[in-house]
Amino acid sequence: MHRTTITQARELLRNKKISSVQLTEAVFTRIDQVEDKVQAFVHLTREKALQQAKDADARIAAGEEAPLLGIPIALKDLICTKGSRTTCSSKILDQFVSPYNATVTERLNQAGAVLVGKTNMDEFAMGSSNENSHHHPTMNPWDLDRVPGGSSGGSSAAVSAHECIAALGSDTGGSIRQPASFCGVTGLKPTYGRVPRFGLVAFASSLDQIGPLTKTVADAAIMMNVIGGKDPRDSTSADVALPDFTQALQKDVKGMKLGIPKEYFTGGINPAVEKAVQEGIRTLESLGMQTVEVSLPHLDYAVAAYYIIACAEASTNLSRYDGVKYGYRTEKSDSLVNMYENTREEGFGEEVKRRIILGTFVLSTGYYDAYYLKGQKVRTLIKQDFENALEQCDVIASPVTPYPAFKLGEKLDDPLQMYLADIYTISANLAGIPAMSIPCGFAEDLPVGLQLMGRHFDEASLITVGHKFQQTTDFHSQETPL
Amino acid sequence: MSFDIEHMATLARLKLTPDEKVRLSGQMGKILEYIEKLSELNTDDVEPTAHVLGLHNVFREDEPIAKPLADHNPISESPAHNKGHYEVPQII
Repeated sequence: MHRTTITQARELLRNKKISSVQLTEAVFTRIDQVEDKVQAFVHLTREKALQQAKDADARIAAGEEAPLLGIPIALKDLICTKGSRTTCSSKILDQFVSPYNATVTERLNQAGAVLVGKTNMDEFAMGSSNENSHHHPTMNPWDLDRVPGGSSGGSSAAVSAHECIAALGSDTGGSIRQPASFCGVTGLKPTYGRVPRFGLVAFASSLDQIGPLTKTVADAAIMMNVIGGKDPRDSTSADVALPDFTQALQKDVKGMKLGIPKEYFTGGINPAVEKAVQEGIRTLESLGMQTVEVSLPHLDYAVAAYYIIACAEASTNLSRYDGVKYGYRTEKSDSLVNMYENTREEGFGEEVKRRIILGTFVLSTGYYDAYYLKGQKVRTLIKQDFENALEQCDVIASPVTPYPAFKLGEKLDDPLQMYLADIYTISANLAGIPAMSIPCGFAEDLPVGLQLMGRHFDEASLITVGHKFQQTTDFHSQETPL
Repeated sequence: MSFDIEHMATLARLKLTPDEKVRLSGQMGKILEYIEKLSELNTDDVEPTAHVLGLHNVFREDEPIAKPLADHNPISESPAHNKGHYEVPQII
């Protein structure tokens, strides 16, 4: 029962074949079986979940319909859930209890979701492997010696190991799509501004976006219907009409144009990954899509521009952790400044400190123009590349990552190499466009993702193409050895 | 290029250990060397992008809103508080 998709579970619940309590208990039984190995969660809210499941069953019995009524969902541990901990996988927020719900949490509650727990992540969403968690690493359900990706690696691992039916993550430079690719699930980063971020712990405010990690594209469409749309409490959320994304599942791809960016297939990419992605593109051609070559000439500069902008924003966002208002405070202090310095030294992990230092540097006197302003200008060039390319096609297809899931510990010593691995995903954040990873094959028995990118606020085209792909292929329904 | 890790740590209010200083300086050197790449591009006539959707000021009516945390005392979240006030080490 825990293996069902949202789409299947809704049908079973509606037809009274199963109850939400049964489904929720099945999910927790599964968690009891595999969580020791996967360690996807930071904490579970078992009792509350069972209460929510009982409530959902009562609502179903009363004939009520809601998009996620009775469906067990997991949340990345940087999304606020009133009355329970939101740690961001950091020591500095380890005992922090959210005083309010994030907009997306409210919307999931209204939609009738059962919240099973909070998933592990790289501290403050900084990382690509989940190894930067203060709590513990998370393992890839496909191979327990390998990382699940990051920073939403707990969410992707939980979905692929069936420890929840679907999950939410966040994506600042690929943090939904890269772990989705590594764990063989579907991950959608919506357009910047599509999903309100009220109650999301901030990393880089001009890039962060919340999105779903699901077993299928059809499930992602259901989740987007629930979480999308403006909330005045996030002034950066866009006042753009929210379509019914499930309508996009009915559309055909015949005649749609698929852009292939030539720069994404040169050098550095694992041959087995490239082969799977190329075969995925051929599948889309066989479904009637017309491929056109497009150019994104500034790809090579994206990583540098991204790390300037993301770290600059992080260094300012994280200045709020001062040991005064909430969170961890050091035991060692004899002055106010000394208290700040020790609190932050003890409370933050190494990757977070590295990014705070880099961000402080690029914003500091004498370096602002050369680094931060330069980064913002290059961001304009990257955004224009995508606008030009998306005039010639409806959707762009590319790899998600240069290689499949790597071993734990393999890349920890070289932060620059870890950053460079984000090359295919970060451009979509810099341009603010929607992008999705769907399973398209295997490399060395590990899942490989195909990335689809579209125009601002056109998640619907990604859903149409991704769903059609999943109706023709079965990579998304392959099971992990667990 | 020279990277003044002491100064950056002071600005960022981080008390780094001697080990961290050495390690982070080395890593910063490599990262900044990589970032230098951007100087290959002429961006004299390019406008910077701070926000992809081009949103500017977003205002609401100047009216009181319902207290969002009416049932919660935010000071209770503080690691050190006393009689409804935040407690910090002596400042002056």
